[in-house]
Amino acid sequence: MTKLTNSSLQNASKDSDGLPLSVEHLTVSFHRKPVLWDVSFRAEPGKLIGVIGPNGAGKSTLFKAIMDLIPKTDGKVHVFGKPFATNRRRVGYVPQRESVDWDFPISALDVVSMGLYPEIGWFRRVKREHRQRAMSSLERLGISDLANRQINELSGGQQQRTFLARALVQNADLYLLDEPFSAVDAATEAVIVNVLRELRDAGKTVLVIHHDLQTVTDYFDSVLLLNMRVVAFGETADVFQAENLQKTYGGMLTLFDEATEAMRHRRKA
Amino acid sequence: MMRLFSEWYWPLDGWIVLAGILCAVSASLIGNFLVLRRMSLLGDAISHAILPGLAIAFLWSASRSGWPVFVAAVAVGILTAFLSQLIHRQGRVDEGAAMGVVFTTLFAAGLLLINHSAKYVDLDPSCVLYGAIEFTPLDQVQFLELSIPRVVLVLSAVAVVNLLFVTLLFKELQITTFAPELAKTMGIPGGLIHYSLMALVAVTAVAAFESVGSILVVAMFIVPPAAALLITDRLSRVIFVSTLIGAAGATLGHVMAIAVPPWFGFRSASTAGMMAVAVGFLFLGACLLGPRHGLLVNAYRFGINRLEIAFEDIIAFLYRRGERAPQQYYRMIEISEQLKQSAWFLRLALWVNRRKGLVQSFSEGLKLTPLGTQRAQEVVRSHRLWETYLAEELSMPTERLHDAAEDLEHFTDKELRTKLGEAVSAQEDPHGTPIPPE
Repeated sequence: MTKLTNSSLQNASKDSDGLPLSVEHLTVSFHRKPVLWDVSFRAEPGKLIGVIGPNGAGKSTLFKAIMDLIPKTDGKVHVFGKPFATNRRRVGYVPQRESVDWDFPISALDVVSMGLYPEIGWFRRVKREHRQRAMSSLERLGISDLANRQINELSGGQQQRTFLARALVQNADLYLLDEPFSAVDAATEAVIVNVLRELRDAGKTVLVIHHDLQTVTDYFDSVLLLNMRVVAFGETADVFQAENLQKTYGGMLTLFDEATEAMRHRRKA
Repeated sequence: MMRLFSEWYWPLDGWIVLAGILCAVSASLIGNFLVLRRMSLLGDAISHAILPGLAIAFLWSASRSGWPVFVAAVAVGILTAFLSQLIHRQGRVDEGAAMGVVFTTLFAAGLLLINHSAKYVDLDPSCVLYGAIEFTPLDQVQFLELSIPRVVLVLSAVAVVNLLFVTLLFKELQITTFAPELAKTMGIPGGLIHYSLMALVAVTAVAAFESVGSILVVAMFIVPPAAALLITDRLSRVIFVSTLIGAAGATLGHVMAIAVPPWFGFRSASTAGMMAVAVGFLFLGACLLGPRHGLLVNAYRFGINRLEIAFEDIIAFLYRRGERAPQQYYRMIEISEQLKQSAWFLRLALWVNRRKGLVQSFSEGLKLTPLGTQRAQEVVRSHRLWETYLAEELSMPTERLHDAAEDLEHFTDKELRTKLGEAVSAQEDPHGTPIPPE
């Protein structure tokens, strides 16, 4: 474990200009309890990367810290060689489905059009041209016939397609997808995988938080095994193996947990 | 009713209704975002908490109107939103509790100050709470050579500001409400929009407090949007419909204030109170009749669904009988006994589905048409496929198979049947009856 982490740290400290994503020594804590601890990795262009780890491993937190949605305790994130705020328009994000208010009075097409808001700018209205682009994005995911449905009238798979369509319409270069395969049917999963591969082949970088270990080798070029720290990061064939999975999902963290828990109590006292 | 017409006096009642409408429209416009952001209570909190701001402005400027009042109220309104957030985050107190702490404290302080300042300013604490919309026409000012009640002028200005805010910032309000995290990743300043919204809530509450009072303005913030959300499912339409409901409630409220009390032997009732009651009634109407989640619509859908299922049970029954003994006609009594459903309910199911052309009725009894035989075969195939599947895959005991399949058969389409057909190996169901082809 230490070997892998060390080598990735050294890589990260080299010049990382222009790389789609470089994360260096990222630490995030909630109420003094660390959720991510000294996370470093670099994502190359044209890669489909799976982010794998148990519940509470900090996967969503990693995405949120990358996009400045939550404060970092320590460390740096660069998106295409610059801070996120400079290159925010080159990043597309699909949030976890649990974070969405499905009762909100909005149609699938309106949701997709939101991806164009930064481009449309303040005070201006969504024009026909924008709606057409949103429509073709829905078409790419095979659900343009559902454009006018309120989002709660869509199935789980159709909802995920809608949110991916919104990210696609942004025409970003780096995509962060938080569990796009949760609650989807087999047909949707196939459609989404196809779109992700198209993005990868077009030279974009796609990070996907994923839970189904069965499909990891099939879907991803690289994997990031995460459990508060980076357990391993690299080509799927090299990294995705029993020992690393045992470290990611097994009870290897108990001592570390105890230490942080003790630290937290001492600070409080 | 005649009494209403004889008592209605346009120069007075017209202004009162207009003031009510403007107030309702202003409040509904931004109230939509309070409701959608699950912040209805914050609207309530702010409209109460502005009281100390008003009191301080009264003491300072010795008047009930003018800029100081608005500035002070907005400051206290934003302070409420800010303090609630601060206590919620830092003190790790529940959001509702944090708001409760802040606004009750400010409200109480405001009441004390108002009671004190009432000695120096022409100000009635009860007016602040309940409003005095009936006195709207008395205080008139000159505007563009017209004599207009001051309240109407102020409320018009607020309505215009709110309308501009909601239309110009529609996109930004929508995305920061629906997807605050996405908005943040796009660099849209959610905090700025949040506090602008809070400032307008405070401004609207101040403008409205003279007419409907600071308690009733909450009804106008929350009830019309809540009703509109039951009626339509697009944000722009929700906003539009909420203003219509607010306006209708205000008008209806004044009419009711004049017309209703005499029924109970009173002279008249508070218009502001009646306005709140009226929007409450409109909300109730939306609850019952709303096309999205309306109770009547749901009951109708439920009923239609049950009739649909009963109809499928009838044709499946006719099909099964035809398999064993190809007798031509079946009487309703017989079907009713077999299906354990009342005959009138089954007749209703037949009548509702009469246009499908699946069943023909003769004096001898009922008979399936060729199309009906085809449809019934699908239902029966679904039923027997499910029985086989549940027995084979889930090892369900035989006596429970029928009831389970009886439900599932009505929700099985061709695609699902094909998959089931591939999943089961037997050609006969567990009771030994052949599974009909597709």
